[in-house]
This record gives sequence, structure tokens and C-alpha cells, in this order.
Amino acid sequence: MLNRASTYFYRHPQLVLLLLLGPPLIYMLVVYLGSLFSLLVNSFYAIDGFTGLIVRKFTWSTYAQIFSAANREIFIRTASMATVVTLVDALLAFPLAYYIAKFASPRMKTWLLIAVTIPLWSSYLVRVYAWKLILAKEGILSWFINLLQLDGALEWLLSFESIGGSSLALSPIGMFIVFAYIWLPYMIIPIQTALERVPGTLLEASSDLGAKPLQTFRTVILPLAFPGVIAGSIFTFSLTLGDFIIPVAIGNSKFFIGQAVYSYQGTAGNIPLAAAMTMGPVVIMVVYLLVARRLGAFDAL
Amino acid sequence: MTNPSTPAIRFDQVSRHFGEVKAVDQVALEIRDGEFFSMLGPSGSGKTTCLRMIAGFDKPTLGKIYLYGQDVSDLPPYERDVNTVFQDYALFPHMSIDDNVAYGLMIKGVPKAERMKRVNEMLDLVRLPGFGYRRPSQLSGGQRQRVALARALINHPKVLLLDEPLGALDLKLRQQMQVELKSIQQRVGITFIFVTHDQEEALTMSDRIAVFNEGKIIQVGTPSEIYEKPASPFVAGFVGTSNLVSGEAAKRITGSEQMFSIRPEKIQLGSANGATDKNMISVDGVVRDVVYLGLFTRYLVEIEGGSDLVVVEQNLKTTSMDVLSAKGQKVRLHWNKDHISQVGG
Repeated sequence: MLNRASTYFYRHPQLVLLLLLGPPLIYMLVVYLGSLFSLLVNSFYAIDGFTGLIVRKFTWSTYAQIFSAANREIFIRTASMATVVTLVDALLAFPLAYYIAKFASPRMKTWLLIAVTIPLWSSYLVRVYAWKLILAKEGILSWFINLLQLDGALEWLLSFESIGGSSLALSPIGMFIVFAYIWLPYMIIPIQTALERVPGTLLEASSDLGAKPLQTFRTVILPLAFPGVIAGSIFTFSLTLGDFIIPVAIGNSKFFIGQAVYSYQGTAGNIPLAAAMTMGPVVIMVVYLLVARRLGAFDAL
Repeated sequence: MTNPSTPAIRFDQVSRHFGEVKAVDQVALEIRDGEFFSMLGPSGSGKTTCLRMIAGFDKPTLGKIYLYGQDVSDLPPYERDVNTVFQDYALFPHMSIDDNVAYGLMIKGVPKAERMKRVNEMLDLVRLPGFGYRRPSQLSGGQRQRVALARALINHPKVLLLDEPLGALDLKLRQQMQVELKSIQQRVGITFIFVTHDQEEALTMSDRIAVFNEGKIIQVGTPSEIYEKPASPFVAGFVGTSNLVSGEAAKRITGSEQMFSIRPEKIQLGSANGATDKNMISVDGVVRDVVYLGLFTRYLVEIEGGSDLVVVEQNLKTTSMDVLSAKGQKVRLHWNKDHISQVGG
């Protein structure tokens, strides 16, 4: 009986494929794309200002609200934060990823990879609130800066209106620090994986042909690790774009996209506007991926 | 400036230790200007480590390496006038063939027009004209091999290092590349140092060969010296096949128990009562085994004194029918005294 089933499946490989891929495909189509689609549909509805009820009729008016001055600012603020976090994470991640991939002994490599991923084992919320304490006015970071007698520099930095605040915990700088910390593993791992696949002989060949270490870095290592940097940046950029917890816990009262979406669909009850706001990051990511593909980031995948 | 008698490469008592392991153990060696020099040995014998130390990828633990008289032991690879053809070719996958070949010139800041001219000359030399726009992934193994060669030669290095460059090619292509490499070397006149574990390859291509074993050089010499007069049982066994005879059997033949080697193809097979010449050695034996190999036949003959000799005879007149009936027959083996090589041990 079992034997006959095996033979039957052996003769019909498409059936096996269907059975294996069917459930995840249905999940993807219904739950994932379905919810995206309902988001898209909702974003073309509008709310009746008087009754507060959703009017299920096609309109562009909700999208028009996105381009109000206040909402435009939210988009620019969030996208700038995501860009800076991505760039700084790439700079921080590269040397460590390079060390793990090319220099660390197998034992050291295991330890470092564990160290990089350990933060992901603990709750995201706990880590964010831990940072709130670290960054607080009486927190350990201020204490340490005091110890180094750099409090003047910190105060100067916090005095800038756009990025400063009364303390690190209540400023965009603090928020940036927490974002950069919390997404860093998502940048390290893809870069490390990309570098791992660069054969050591390529670096030797470059050096053999006369290239000094910096030239080898520019002409061989960086181009070959670039897909990894792009992969990592997709994580850091999109995760920052959509996050709504860090902007609540850290920083000032100015809204980020995630927060705006959260409040529109919650207290304001304006589902169409929340849906339209959500389409913002989706469009930004699609554009970002298209540009990345243009740059050849996916050629090596 | 460079005196013709200055060796291209000189190893002055060079050792390379990896922890307790002596990968290279007190190697002294001179490689002459313009020669095709092979480093031959089994894997782990230290030949590749020697090559890597010449390239600068590795540093000697002890001793010095000289390139045309200049001490290069502590120079990084990018400051040495040598180039390497890697075993896995190590072509840059994100660059076209043109850019790969031009890489060394690009680093030196040679203008683009000049660069392209020389790239085209090089691609002609390695017989890949018109391939410049392709990517390494679009080429076959043999073609990549040639690109790697062009990329190294375009810099006119003083010495070209080749690390088992033919290892990944199939037999036909390998034999073709052996001939081609040799002819390219003669045209460009650069010293080639060729690392291989394939004794046939070393014998075919080299002006001189160094045989490595366990981190030491066992023998240096021309292919015929290495083949005809192996200096040790190891060389006799590693380069070609050889019969090693010692003890009682050796005493009956040479009058001494000291080990000697005799190549299977030097031995003639005669009938048990054949005539003997005084330059010839004759030994009686019994054929224990026969293997018919088409081009030739291999016999295993047990001689007096209890030693087995392999004898190879070309199938000039014999057929498989004839030779297979030889099993168990008494035979007399003959060979010229000069073909014996005392190998000590």
C-alpha cells in the first residue's frame, strides 16, 4: 500500500510539488497578499468627517491627505531616520562582518555569531525600555559621559533643535542610537554571508597583481560584498520605516509613520488614512528594490 | 643590473612551521633565470608552501628568500615582481575578461588605451581573441586557465608562479595545455615555477625538477637525471614506477645488500636459457602475474632471492593470447648494468 503510494508519487513529480508548495502558497496568497490587497482597497475609501463612518466609495481624497504638510513631514522624518540608521549600520557592521568572515578562527567565529544574534533571543520591548534607562538623564550613559568630562559636548549636541532634546532618551539622537543598535544584527549577518562566499584566493590574486589592501578593498571586496550590504539595508531600512514602538518609547513627541498609522487606525478610527499611510513605506521599498536591482545588487543571488 | 648568473630565486635555509608541523624544513634551492622549474611532490610535501612564500602570501619562519639577489622575505605580495596563476584561477567574477586581464595595469595606473592594447595582445597570446567582453562564468575551465595566465603575464613579472594550474582540467586538455604553457614560456622568456603532484607533467615540461617530500627537497635535477638516476627510494617510487631491490636478491645481483632501483621498461624478458652479454645482468625468475594493457603488457616476475620485479614490454609481436599463457613460466630477465641506480636506504 505504502509502496504503491511511493511509486505513484515517483511517477507524478508535479503532484509532490503541488502538495509541498500548496499550503505555503495558499498562505502567501490569502493571508499575506490578501491583507495587502485589503489595505490597498481601504486606502481608496474615505471617512465621513461628520459621522466618523467609512464611506465605501472610490476616492483619491485620502491620498490627498497624505500630502498635507504635517504628514509630509512625518514621511521625511521617518525616511531620513531610516536612511541614517541604514548608513551607520552598514559602516558599523562591515568591519565586524569582515573579521568574522575572513579572520576569525572557527571557534571565535561561532562565539561572535552567537554574540551578534543573542540580542534577538530576548524581547524587543525589554531591550527598547532598557535603552530608555541607559539613555535617561540620570542613566549610565550620561554618567559615563560625565566621567569622561564630555558632558559639554553632549549638551552642545542636544542643543540642536531638529535632533536634540532635554536628554538623550527624549531626543532623535537617542532614537537613532536605539534604532541603529536594534537592527545591527540584520546588517551584520547578510554582509558576513556575502563576504564568506568571497574566496580567499581572490584577495590574494588582487594583492599578487599589485593592489595595496585599500585598493583590494575598493575593487574586489566591496563590489563582491555589495549584495550583502543591500540585503542588510533592506532589513534596516524597512524595519525602521515601519517601527512604531521605538518612536513611542524614545525621542520627542513628533510622529513617525508607524506611530501615525497606529494612531489613525486606533484612537482616530480612520482606517482609510492609516491604510494610505501604510502604502507609503510599501511604495518607498518597491522603489528602493528597483534601484538596488539596477545597481546589480541581486546579480549574485 | 641583474647579472645573468644571479639566480632568479634563491632559498637560503628556508623553513616554515605551522605550530609543531614543519611544512617546509630547511630548504636550500636556486632557480635559474629563464628556466622552467617544477616543484614536484605529493600533497603536504611543502611545495605549495614554498610557492606561496615566493609570492608573499606566506612568510618563512626561518631563512631568507632572494628574488634576483634582493631579499624579499618580508615584502608584501604587492611589492614583489612575481605573479601567480592560481589553482582555482581566482578570476574576479564581477569583472569582464578584459578587466580581469587589465587588473594589474589598472592598479599601476597605465592609461586605458595602452591597457586595452596590451590586453588584446595577451588574449591573442593565450588564443582567446574576442573573449574580452565576457564574464569568467561564461568560460570553460580551459579558457579560464588561459585568462589567469594572461592576467599574470601582462605585468611582465620577473618570475611566474603556477600552482597546479592544470589540476582541474581533463586529460586531453591538460596535455594540450602542457605543450602550450611550455611554448608560451619559451616565447616570453620568463622564469616559470610550476608546482605539481603529477610526475608526468613535471617530466614533460620542466628544464629542472625539485622533488619534495615531508617539507624537504629530496633531489634536484633535469627530468632525465630524476628519472634515470633517482637519488632515493622515494624519488624512484614517486617519479614513474620503479623496482626496488634489496637484501638477499640484491646481493645475488650486485654483490651487495644495498638497495637499488631498476625501471620496469629497462628489463628485457628472455627465455630461461638465453645468451648473456657481459654488460648485461641476467636473473632467473618465474612469471607470477600478467596484465595485458593493450599498448604493452605488465609482468610480475619473482626472481631468485625472493623479490618481485615489475617488467613492462611493448606488445610488438605478441597478442593477449600469447602473453596470458606466460603465467607460471620460467624466464630469464636481462638489463644493462648502467640502468641500475643505487638508492641507499
